[in-house]
Amino acid sequence: MSRLPVKKTYKLFLGGEFPRSESGRTYEAQGQNVARASRKDVRDAVRAARGAVDKWSGMTAYNRGQVLYRIAEMMEARAEEFADLSSGRAEVEEAIDRWVWYAGWADKYTQVLGSSNPVAAPYFNFTVPEPTGVVGVLAPEQPALGGIVARLAPVIVGGNTAVVLASESEPLASIELAEAIATADVPGGVVNILTGHHSELAPWLAGHMDVNALDVGGADGELPELERLAAENVKRVVHGRTDRQSPYEIANFLELKTVWHPIGV
Amino acid sequence: MAKAPALPAGFELPLEPRLPRIGSVDEVAVEERAATLARRSIKREAKLFALDLAVRMMDLTTLEGQDTPGKIAALTSKAIRPDPSDATIPSVAAVCVYPNLVPTAVEKVKGSSVKVASVATAFPSGQSPTHIKVAEVRDVVEMGADEVDMVIDRGAFLSGRYAKVYDEICQVKEAAGEAHLKVILEVGELGTYDNVRRASLLAMAAGADFIKTSTGKLPQAATLPVTLVMLEAIRDVHQETGRKVGMKPAGGIRQAKQAVQYLVQLYETLGTEWLTPDLYRLGASTLLNDVLMQIRKEKTGRYQSPDYFTID
Amino acid sequence: MTDLERRQDRSPVPSGWDYAPAPEARDIVTLQERYGLFIGGELVDPKSGEYFPTLDPSTEEPLAEVAQAGKEDVDLAVRAARDAFENGWSDVSPPERAKYLFRIARILQERSREFAVLESLNGGKPIKESRDVDVPLSAAHFFYYAGWADKLEYAFPNRRPKPVGVAGQIIPWNFPLLMLSWKIAPALAAGNTVVLKPAETTPLSALLFADVLRQAELPPGVVNIVTGDGRAGAELVKHEGVDKIAFTGSTEVGKAIQRELAGTGKKLTLELGGKAANIIFDDAALDQAVEGIVNGIYFNQGHVCCAGSRLLVQESIYEPVIEKLKQRLTTLRLGDPLDKNTDVGAINSREQLEKIKELVASGEAEGAEIYQPPCRLPEKGYWFVPTVFTNVAQSYRIAQEEIFGPVLSVLTFRTPDEAVEKANNTPYGLSAGVWTEKGSRILSMAQKLKAGVIWANTYNRFDPTSPFGGYKESGFGREGGLHGLEPYLDFDESDARGG
Repeated sequence: MSRLPVKKTYKLFLGGEFPRSESGRTYEAQGQNVARASRKDVRDAVRAARGAVDKWSGMTAYNRGQVLYRIAEMMEARAEEFADLSSGRAEVEEAIDRWVWYAGWADKYTQVLGSSNPVAAPYFNFTVPEPTGVVGVLAPEQPALGGIVARLAPVIVGGNTAVVLASESEPLASIELAEAIATADVPGGVVNILTGHHSELAPWLAGHMDVNALDVGGADGELPELERLAAENVKRVVHGRTDRQSPYEIANFLELKTVWHPIGV
Repeated sequence: MAKAPALPAGFELPLEPRLPRIGSVDEVAVEERAATLARRSIKREAKLFALDLAVRMMDLTTLEGQDTPGKIAALTSKAIRPDPSDATIPSVAAVCVYPNLVPTAVEKVKGSSVKVASVATAFPSGQSPTHIKVAEVRDVVEMGADEVDMVIDRGAFLSGRYAKVYDEICQVKEAAGEAHLKVILEVGELGTYDNVRRASLLAMAAGADFIKTSTGKLPQAATLPVTLVMLEAIRDVHQETGRKVGMKPAGGIRQAKQAVQYLVQLYETLGTEWLTPDLYRLGASTLLNDVLMQIRKEKTGRYQSPDYFTID
Repeated sequence: MTDLERRQDRSPVPSGWDYAPAPEARDIVTLQERYGLFIGGELVDPKSGEYFPTLDPSTEEPLAEVAQAGKEDVDLAVRAARDAFENGWSDVSPPERAKYLFRIARILQERSREFAVLESLNGGKPIKESRDVDVPLSAAHFFYYAGWADKLEYAFPNRRPKPVGVAGQIIPWNFPLLMLSWKIAPALAAGNTVVLKPAETTPLSALLFADVLRQAELPPGVVNIVTGDGRAGAELVKHEGVDKIAFTGSTEVGKAIQRELAGTGKKLTLELGGKAANIIFDDAALDQAVEGIVNGIYFNQGHVCCAGSRLLVQESIYEPVIEKLKQRLTTLRLGDPLDKNTDVGAINSREQLEKIKELVASGEAEGAEIYQPPCRLPEKGYWFVPTVFTNVAQSYRIAQEEIFGPVLSVLTFRTPDEAVEKANNTPYGLSAGVWTEKGSRILSMAQKLKAGVIWANTYNRFDPTSPFGGYKESGFGREGGLHGLEPYLDFDESDARGG
């Protein structure tokens, strides 16, 4: 007699926990019922993300790097499941290695992006990059796993927190990723992943006054409207790339602060 | 501006050359030093010594709007005989109560070594006119309190009216008479370690017998670093003037392990002389049972359960 | 003087409360009776056939026998490194190289207690230091440099960095595992292979590290470890198959190495001795400054190249500083390195102890005033009581020569300019400390002090991201940070800097 498998229930990832949508709705994707987030879930996710900024950006860069590396460790352990939910092993290995690549930047990008500036007056002057805060991310539809990882890693390695709208047509890999993140010592609220309809959710995220930056790399069609909404609180709008990795992908979500101090006895 | 009254015996004017320099405190360094001291590993006989001392130094406290004579009776009973099943456990140093409960407390501790400390001066806020506060002190002393725990006027301190703060402490000291005076700085409202040091030196100059961290009414109460800053100020005053002022961390000390850490810090900063309830108190309520549990664990080798220790 | 004496009487002497012994369990470490050399991924017997004992300096008890690598052994090790470099390691892609280093970092973290105990056992330093500083920093160095392995083009844009080849690395006994990680991590990240010669008296943590490499599955020959005394190091320096030498140790030996390599075209970095000035201004946060002085010279028993061994006190604050310093010294706990409450451990070797004694005697002979807190020394082992010399003149040997022990020399100054002048008046230039609450003064002093590392309102702070190295006779080249990669790389365009 064959055994009946216990099927997973796919919920949202919000504030470090897995709640259902407050609207109680689901939609069908990849043969599963997946939570269909509402604007109130977006609101709650942004609140959770904002609440996590101080703690995440207050950790040492070394610590953050270790957390990202642990995400890779957790993903490696689930590589088989991830392969089933994406295009296969190759995509999964690339995604894991991408976490490792960005983990290694945590305590280095400051040295590449920052500077001490030789001003023409007796002042010590230095420029440091700082996280911008809460970042809204529209994950690309494809690749199911590689896309969200390519956009999420550069956002959070810099100390930002994220609210991600997962791929609408292939969301399961994103929730699997959420499970890996939830077991990787990532503080709750740093990463929030909402599944649902982009056309319904994206405008709410783009117009939210407490979101500091918006990664529209995964948007299509509605882009001009989203950029207009983003202008209301002067969001940094980033056209994130999934086909490359670079410290400048990190820099897109950082503010530069310059400090002056006199030099004298 | 108020005029400072004559200084108590032992202080000669001018103060300035006899007082330690106010100076500053480096936050990162002091927190690190406190953390290093907290990692000392105190075991077996050394731990029992500390735990016994912690009991003898405790000011068992209840400061609630709902305190009644019945509550005080239970508190004092516990204070005198913390562990009925173990006669070697000493009494605590004092009970700390609101003014209205002083008469009951005084009656209940009669015949024991336990002192009665009363809060006063519009505790916890201190936001009342000086004459009211001074009158309150006179009242509690008349009712039999051995010790007075006053609060400084933080509003005056934070707006730079140091003379007013100083003057008030002097008046309270005078009103306290023979009762010994603890001055609560309310470190949680002072904002910086620099301010804690400043307030400590000010309080000691004004005649405090003890300086105390907190009212216990705010979430930010005693911490190891802030207590270390105050101990260093006490050390400087002792060095410059010879006078020994006591220390009382209060609030937030719930575990025996923390109590031991406070005592290690005390010992390594001020030495053996301060290891006495005459110069150091721990302001606490739930701490006592945890200390008793730890003492029994050291004696029996078994981890304990709260079920075996009386609440009152 | 009477005033000070009066105050000294009031200084608390901790006799009222004896902390019970709190020893860290030693059984987490399993020692072999005898260790070979780690060459080509295996522990092999030395061709020299020579072994010597390595001790626990706190008891003089022999812990194990280790091999003395002879000329042939060093040759085998260099060949193994060359072979690994040319046939394998160079073909490992940078991201994969990174992952080996991440593995090493993670394993060190997992085995941290084992390494901490071994380090204290073989070296004499307090367990709280090896546990809280040495081992965590070692893991952090590997973690940091792992991340650079596949990002070199961002560290050196337009320079097309390539590994130099085989690096010969010679490290000292004061931070055995940490110095190992400072050397191996950047070398491997840059794509090189390595032959490491640990210090004569502290080989054990390096030999245990070989086991970490086995667990990390690092390809054989990428790292080779040859133990022995100075002769093994000399063989390594002379070997033609080595492309680059990195040395941390005394200035005397550093100069000898530099002479040896003259005309060979081999790259060289040196991290040598120091006689750092720790400068306290009258507006310093006093109690924290005193803590910083104590940390500056008594941390690791003063066996630190960047130790704050000269205290420069502003004259206006002299008395309170000395008073607090002497009082603080009485609360330092000297004893069993494995006791968690020990602050000051054993001197690393009899040889070093003799050197310290000689210099201290010279201090007294030249006229300085000595202070040592009351302290009971254990019967066996190598010990020296933390010591302060006051009334020291700039010309005394104890103000000029590196003692490398728990001995502080105190001098005074009146103005910032005078402090700078005195601080810089030395052939060394490794580090300096500045204590003042005034920000502009910190920056001004930092600008004028001729030292590679300047600590303001702190001391002995290390981080893998922060470059470390000296001016003048304290050596050249930097370890740590982006800059720490440079000595291990060749660049396609010509590089004007020597070494």
